[in-house]
Amino acid sequence: MARTTKPNLAVWKFASCDGCQLSLLDCEEELLEVAGAVEIAYFLEASRATVKGPYDISLVEGSITTPHDAERIHQVRRASRFLITIGACATAGGIQALRNFKDVREFISLVYASPQYIQTLSKSTPIRDHVFVDYELRGCPVNKHQLLEVINALLNERKPNIAAHSVCSECKRQGIVCVMVAQGTPCLGPVTHAGCGAICPAYGRGCYGCFGPKETPNTSSLSKRWKQMGVKEDDLIRAYRSFNADSEPFRRESESHER
Amino acid sequence: MPQSGAEGKKRFVLLASQFQQLFDALKRLGYQIIAPTLLDGAIVYERVESVNELPVGFSDEQRAGVYRLKRRGDRAFFGYAVGPRSWKHYLYPPRQRLWQAKRDGDGGFRVIPEQEQTPRYAFVGVRACELAAIAIQDKVFLNGQYRDEYYQRRRESALLIAVNCAYPAGNCFCSSVGTGPRVREGFDLAITEVLNGKSHLLVIEVGSERGAAVLEGVDVQIATEEQWQQAQQAVDSATRRILKRLDTTDLKELLYRHLDSPHWEAVAKRCLTCSNCTMVCPTCFCHTVEDITNLQGTVAERWRRWDSCFHIDFSYIHGSPVRVSEASRYRQWITHKLASWQDQFGMLGCVGCGRCITWCPVGIDITEEIRALRRSEEGRVAPTVPKEESDANT
Repeated sequence: MARTTKPNLAVWKFASCDGCQLSLLDCEEELLEVAGAVEIAYFLEASRATVKGPYDISLVEGSITTPHDAERIHQVRRASRFLITIGACATAGGIQALRNFKDVREFISLVYASPQYIQTLSKSTPIRDHVFVDYELRGCPVNKHQLLEVINALLNERKPNIAAHSVCSECKRQGIVCVMVAQGTPCLGPVTHAGCGAICPAYGRGCYGCFGPKETPNTSSLSKRWKQMGVKEDDLIRAYRSFNADSEPFRRESESHER
Repeated sequence: MPQSGAEGKKRFVLLASQFQQLFDALKRLGYQIIAPTLLDGAIVYERVESVNELPVGFSDEQRAGVYRLKRRGDRAFFGYAVGPRSWKHYLYPPRQRLWQAKRDGDGGFRVIPEQEQTPRYAFVGVRACELAAIAIQDKVFLNGQYRDEYYQRRRESALLIAVNCAYPAGNCFCSSVGTGPRVREGFDLAITEVLNGKSHLLVIEVGSERGAAVLEGVDVQIATEEQWQQAQQAVDSATRRILKRLDTTDLKELLYRHLDSPHWEAVAKRCLTCSNCTMVCPTCFCHTVEDITNLQGTVAERWRRWDSCFHIDFSYIHGSPVRVSEASRYRQWITHKLASWQDQFGMLGCVGCGRCITWCPVGIDITEEIRALRRSEEGRVAPTVPKEESDANT
């Protein structure tokens, strides 16, 4: 990107909890640097003041769950030079994609007093199902260092250093003892995309799979091991059905334990 | 330190109760002591100050994909085998900056070499298999035209205090590849722990002048022949307790004959391609380099970080990765370790420490996979899934 003029940045929210946008605000000191390098033109979480598009960089949080959002994402795409989706909702449909396994109309009638006013889609879908996405950043929420790295790489016209391998690699590089081997704790790390810095294993917990499937995840082999460790089928289903439930490898694996 | 006998044997003995003197001597000489210690359910090499931080009275039970700490019921300092972290974590760190570059005003840039204050490590408790692994990495990083100065600086500063194994774990097979359990060379000091009833001694061999210098100011006595024999017996008993075997006969040719074996697909069904085996392997040296910049693009840094042949990006060349299938990645790892390593470096890439077996979350066993290849050649039906796992299937 030409460095003569300051590129502008927009942050968009779709069906989501705002946690990924907050990761940008969490950058604190670095956020000032970001604000020095780009014009933050549209970021409602941070400021009501907005600047009209088009935008050089759009960060998109959230999944598509309503007919209105299915329209709106096309407007965002048209207004954006680079569109980067951030987080499990935007890249996999999020926790709200649990509806994809059920009939959403049943939920609506249970939750809302007047369900006739609710307009929602039968499925929660990632942004790439609707428009072309230039880069996807995983996580629930995204890791702020990775978010900065993607923005940094884009500004400096280089490849972002974001690896698609397992959480195990991060654990081992940090010298964290494997909770699965040393303590018999079920862990999704071997099938989960790196990026969080192995937070849970660092505190003696198994990985919950917040970053979704890694490259070539062998979920069936891992599930077999979990079962040897005493994990029940129902718990296996629940493990794969969280923030990235409808990502293809995790969905396939959870469904294989329903039979 | 008393002068050793006229026969020149550099063998001493230190009372276990005075072991801290050795640690104090190391600290006086300016070493950072890295030694086994308990961490989150395992014995891990970490910085320690005192012998009390060693896993005194602990042992380890290791099976394929399983590691558990056990209480021994004695006060042994070294009554266990190797844990998940190898010494390469310190000699060849997981992430290391190589150099920086800064833009100067006139459109150019200048390179700033890395000026790391080289840590001066004393490794306490290096096992025979690990000395062999360090010798292998020396060959990788320090031989030939391209020397790795980052490794070299750390390696040359490090003091190696070896320990003879007395209690091998279930995945140890050093005796099959000729690296252990007896420490033979490449150490500054070598300790054999002798624990018989009330007598608790450390028999110490000196392997270098630097090692001898450490013993100055430590209350060691010259080891008696009886004490030396007791130390020998401790290691002999370890040798007998190693039950795991890797048949190395014709190993290179075996693997080269099986490049197209259907067995690799069978392993791929179990393999998670998670890279744990390569990360814990004390000889695996593969890494990638990452270039990072500051946001303004005025400073760039080049970092090296551990990578793995199990990662798809690792074989990325000109447009696409070469080893996409899981089968091809497992084949690459085992074939490099046991066959092409011999062509490349004139030695096996495996020291028989068993880490890759213990720390594989699904317990894939390198020795079992070789056995399966051999069986497939015997005309029998190749049992491609180890028995324990096929039982669990049913």
